[in-house]
Amino acid sequence: MNARSPSFTQTGGLWAFAPWITIAVFLLPVAAGLVGTGLPAFGYLPAIGGEHLSLGPWRELAEQPGVMTSMRLSVQTGLLATALSLAFAASFCALLQDHAIYRRLCAMVSPLLATPHVALAIGLAFVIAPSGWLSRLASPLLTGWDRPPVGLVTVRDPQGLAMVLGLVLKEVPYLILMILSALGQVPHVALRRAGSALGYRPATAWFKLVFPLVYLQLRLPVYAVLAFSMSTVEVGLILGPGNPPSLALLAARWFADYDLQRYFPAAAAATLQGLLVLAALLGWRAGEICVAHIGRARCERGVRAGAIEPVARLSAGLAAIALALGLVALLGTAVWSLAQSWRFPAAWPEQWTSQTWAQQLPRMAETVTTTIGLALASAWAGVLLAAACLEAETRRGQAPTRRVLWLVYAPLLVPQIAFLYGFQVVLVKLGLDGRWLAVAWAHLVFVLPYAFLSLADPWRALDPRYARGAAALGATPWQVLWRVRLPMLLKPLLLAFAVGCAVSVGQYLPTLFAGAGRVATLTTEAVTLSSGADPRIMGVYALLQAAIPLLVYGAALTLPVLLYLRRKGMA
Amino acid sequence: MTNGTAQTLSIRDVCISLPDRELIRYLSIDIAPGQVVTVMGASGSGKSTLLAWIGGFLQAPFVATGDVSIGTRRMNDEPPHARRAGILFQDDLLFPHLSVAGNLLFGVPASVRSRAARRRAVDEALSEAGLSGCGERDPATLSGGQRARVALLRTLLSQPLLLLLDEPFGKLDAALREDFRRFVFEHAQRLGLPTLMVTHDAADADAAGGPVVVLE
Amino acid sequence: MRPTMISSIARTAFLAAALAAAAPLHAEPETRPWPDILARAKGQTVYWNAWAGDERTNAFIAWIGDEVKRRYGIRVQQVKLKDTAEAVARVVAEKSAGRNANGSVDLIWINGPNFLAMKSQGLLYGPITQSLPNYRYVDTEHKRSNLIDFTVPIDGMAAPWRLAQFVYIYDSARHKLAEMPTSAPALLAFARQHPGRVTHPTVRNFLGATFLKQALHDLLPDPSVLQEPATDATFGPVTAPLWAWYDQLRPALWRAGREFPETGPAERQLMNDGAIDIHMAFDPAEAAVSIANQLLPPGARTFVMAKGTIGNTSFVAIPYNAAHKEAALVVADVLLEPATQARAQDPAWGGNLTVLDLAKVPAAQRGLFAPKAGMPGLPTNEELGSPLLEPHPSWMTRITAEWEKRYSR
Repeated sequence: MNARSPSFTQTGGLWAFAPWITIAVFLLPVAAGLVGTGLPAFGYLPAIGGEHLSLGPWRELAEQPGVMTSMRLSVQTGLLATALSLAFAASFCALLQDHAIYRRLCAMVSPLLATPHVALAIGLAFVIAPSGWLSRLASPLLTGWDRPPVGLVTVRDPQGLAMVLGLVLKEVPYLILMILSALGQVPHVALRRAGSALGYRPATAWFKLVFPLVYLQLRLPVYAVLAFSMSTVEVGLILGPGNPPSLALLAARWFADYDLQRYFPAAAAATLQGLLVLAALLGWRAGEICVAHIGRARCERGVRAGAIEPVARLSAGLAAIALALGLVALLGTAVWSLAQSWRFPAAWPEQWTSQTWAQQLPRMAETVTTTIGLALASAWAGVLLAAACLEAETRRGQAPTRRVLWLVYAPLLVPQIAFLYGFQVVLVKLGLDGRWLAVAWAHLVFVLPYAFLSLADPWRALDPRYARGAAALGATPWQVLWRVRLPMLLKPLLLAFAVGCAVSVGQYLPTLFAGAGRVATLTTEAVTLSSGADPRIMGVYALLQAAIPLLVYGAALTLPVLLYLRRKGMA
Repeated sequence: MTNGTAQTLSIRDVCISLPDRELIRYLSIDIAPGQVVTVMGASGSGKSTLLAWIGGFLQAPFVATGDVSIGTRRMNDEPPHARRAGILFQDDLLFPHLSVAGNLLFGVPASVRSRAARRRAVDEALSEAGLSGCGERDPATLSGGQRARVALLRTLLSQPLLLLLDEPFGKLDAALREDFRRFVFEHAQRLGLPTLMVTHDAADADAAGGPVVVLE
Repeated sequence: MRPTMISSIARTAFLAAALAAAAPLHAEPETRPWPDILARAKGQTVYWNAWAGDERTNAFIAWIGDEVKRRYGIRVQQVKLKDTAEAVARVVAEKSAGRNANGSVDLIWINGPNFLAMKSQGLLYGPITQSLPNYRYVDTEHKRSNLIDFTVPIDGMAAPWRLAQFVYIYDSARHKLAEMPTSAPALLAFARQHPGRVTHPTVRNFLGATFLKQALHDLLPDPSVLQEPATDATFGPVTAPLWAWYDQLRPALWRAGREFPETGPAERQLMNDGAIDIHMAFDPAEAAVSIANQLLPPGARTFVMAKGTIGNTSFVAIPYNAAHKEAALVVADVLLEPATQARAQDPAWGGNLTVLDLAKVPAAQRGLFAPKAGMPGLPTNEELGSPLLEPHPSWMTRITAEWEKRYSR
């Protein structure tokens, strides 16, 4: 009698390396980058004369006029954007079951998800500016303005509210998607019914019964939203105040300064931004605990219809408005791209033309090719690595752990500005900076988490008996992967690919740092142009930026349909 | 379909346990070629786990000791795809991305090289299932009973040395159940395959006509 | 070891400092007769490193390429730069690698600190202007910026090409020319009369800094002090009137002086939307070209300050190790041809002011410089007056820093 248990687990052979390779690819840059940015923050950067550790950079940072305001701005906009997005998205999903209109609005979520932040920000800037679309539609009939009013401040307001709105437009669809997928694993219908049977109003029941369960899976996405909202540079450049700017924007400005000695305070600011995000995350966690306490107490009080109901309705309505506003912003860029002459206060362009497109497209050819090339490469590599890790997990019979999930989310929780400079230093040492490959790698660092998250649930949800049946029929593990698992997962694979493309197209800072300013993508060009070039050209850039991920999504959704046209089981 | 060399399935002193309790203690069964042994027991008693162990799919946290051999060959250390242990589940689990013929072809061993020979085997199987000419159809368009038959034939095409049945009749309605049961047992007997069936239904055990093992 | 993610002065300064050990080469004047140069130039390709940020300039360079090909059999290849410092860095790198001939850069469009860096490090070939036949038409009396670039004497090491001048633009549909301010105090009064309708690009932008320089020039009784480098002792007293004036101006500015448009084009868009009344640019043809592209209202017109506005000349220079010096010289000469200069002044081709003295140009060709009909907004050479010289670069750096210190919250 042998003591060893025969089992399905195998060492996995080469597959065991997949997780390690993946970790090397995306976590090493983050770790090395943090060190590479942290050292100059304390004065150590031999290339420009920083030989000794010192607190000099921090003193310089403290002396910068307005630095306290910058810090406050970062924290304020980040927390507000996250809180609002969460409230809106949760309320939207709470009312989803009962109101058909919200179900229809769900269709808007996907296009907004695919649109990069920059394109939405550009569109929003146009819509809400004093000389923007809303103002034009209302003038001169309702407002009597024939010139943009002097006192009205919307875009680049000193409190960062325009920036918050720009972030909310993109984060609400994202969180809605996360909530919906979390709902798939929670018996929310049954819980709602139980709540109704006990006399609770619908939204109250949802928030008291379903939301606590959903939030467990929502925690990491919310943290990612918080980290991004606090430390975004591109949205700040377009919608945020410039004088003084948010802390991340200040750091980015210094990193691009003529004077090389500004790298030290820049690194200090970037590191400080990282610490602020950490503090905010901890603060949010503390907030979670408080809210949980209060929530439990209120649940036990048995209040059937409190403030939750009207507030939820209002939030859901605002969420719908946010989604609509996002689409209007995109529409605005489209209209501008086709306008020849559009002077305030005309509601629509006085003259239309397709000349802007005809002139710009040939000039943009190289940028567009670069953008698409980077997107395809990083998305392909990301899906490949994610699939390899998942296959390794399947072969070893491992269950997914929370530690893995945190690892996967790591690049999304660390502010980009806090580690990208250090990463660039590493690239310079390797002789790779400014090369296309380096930028693709930098994109891959952010594509991987999203590709993995997008692919993981469908992969793990695939009935394992298919694999067993195939093995019983004599298929080796490789054949099972190649002939059974991958074909059956075609749609999730393609969707993960589309997500990866969308993430890559939207990257700004990684392209700038890893490419040393020499690699131009649609996003970097759009941000440069957003400082006031011809709005018609801006419209072309913004629209193209949004179009590429949308096209990839469209292909990802139609390709499986076409390939499996006669296979109803694959629908 | 070719006949494999009929052999006996031997299970010796199987112990399967979880960290906190034992499921099966020192179970030994010999199944003769063509014989159907039924394993019954309450939910969670380890019936399906036994099948998983024989098939080579046992995973942590289950731990098992014991020997399983087919004829003179010990199967303990072999990977699942080398054991030639055909398995039928409650769901037909036909691959949705392949046609009916594609599913059947998947089961034909790679040792059958020529395309003509492979197609011949598939055509024979299709006529056996009463589905001649339905090779190119989408499995989702077949009825439940038809799919179940295709699933069995796919398994039999792979020239298994034994059959494992994991409540395969559970999802079929009463009339289909009887037909399909007969279909399965006839084929098992004709090919001389030792068969181990796990089921809740006493009628299945009766129809099988073989020894019944009850797990506590 | 290489510095990363930088541009312009810093990179030049860093790499040039790394070469501090090497002694600058002696300047070798070009002495060959022009026909010899023409003969040698035939068949060469000039790698003209030029900033590629402006479409019209790129088109103009392409046209120059066609011209010299047709007339002299020379090919011109524009090496598109995001920043002139890139080309400077390349020459510096070649020098440090010992590549003293067959350099990859033949001609650079250059001025300002980049020129200073190259000249002081002995990286230029020349003097060359004395050998260019068309140099005799250049205005060296009234357009002093042709001889002195940001207080650095050219000494013939670079050939002027075109002139940029700081101008102001207003909308004649809303205001009359007589209402527009032509001095700094008048600008203050105008802003108070129309609060929120005047602004300037952020001082971190070159245009915003020039706005302040221009105002300082206007407020000083004796602006010649700006030609000297700024020192700790002089900066405070000299700029005091500027800050006093600006403190009064700021509350009347757009957004109460809290936010500023990031660039010139951003400010232009504000004017296009009617949000502000005055726009500024370094391009005298800005109004004309923008009207044609619907980027400014049709009533946009140009004006300058009563005492004049700052202007600077753009030059082309030849690196000391250029592989095709002769062809580069020919191109530099063609740029100075009256016909070329007149074409460059045409807004369709860039609308840049000529560096030539129209009095020196043969009468027959003088007519080419008349303003084109149907191009509203284009100022005449007379309207623009004499451009003022740029102050020493140290003033700009300090003014920018002081502004940031005072007005960033």
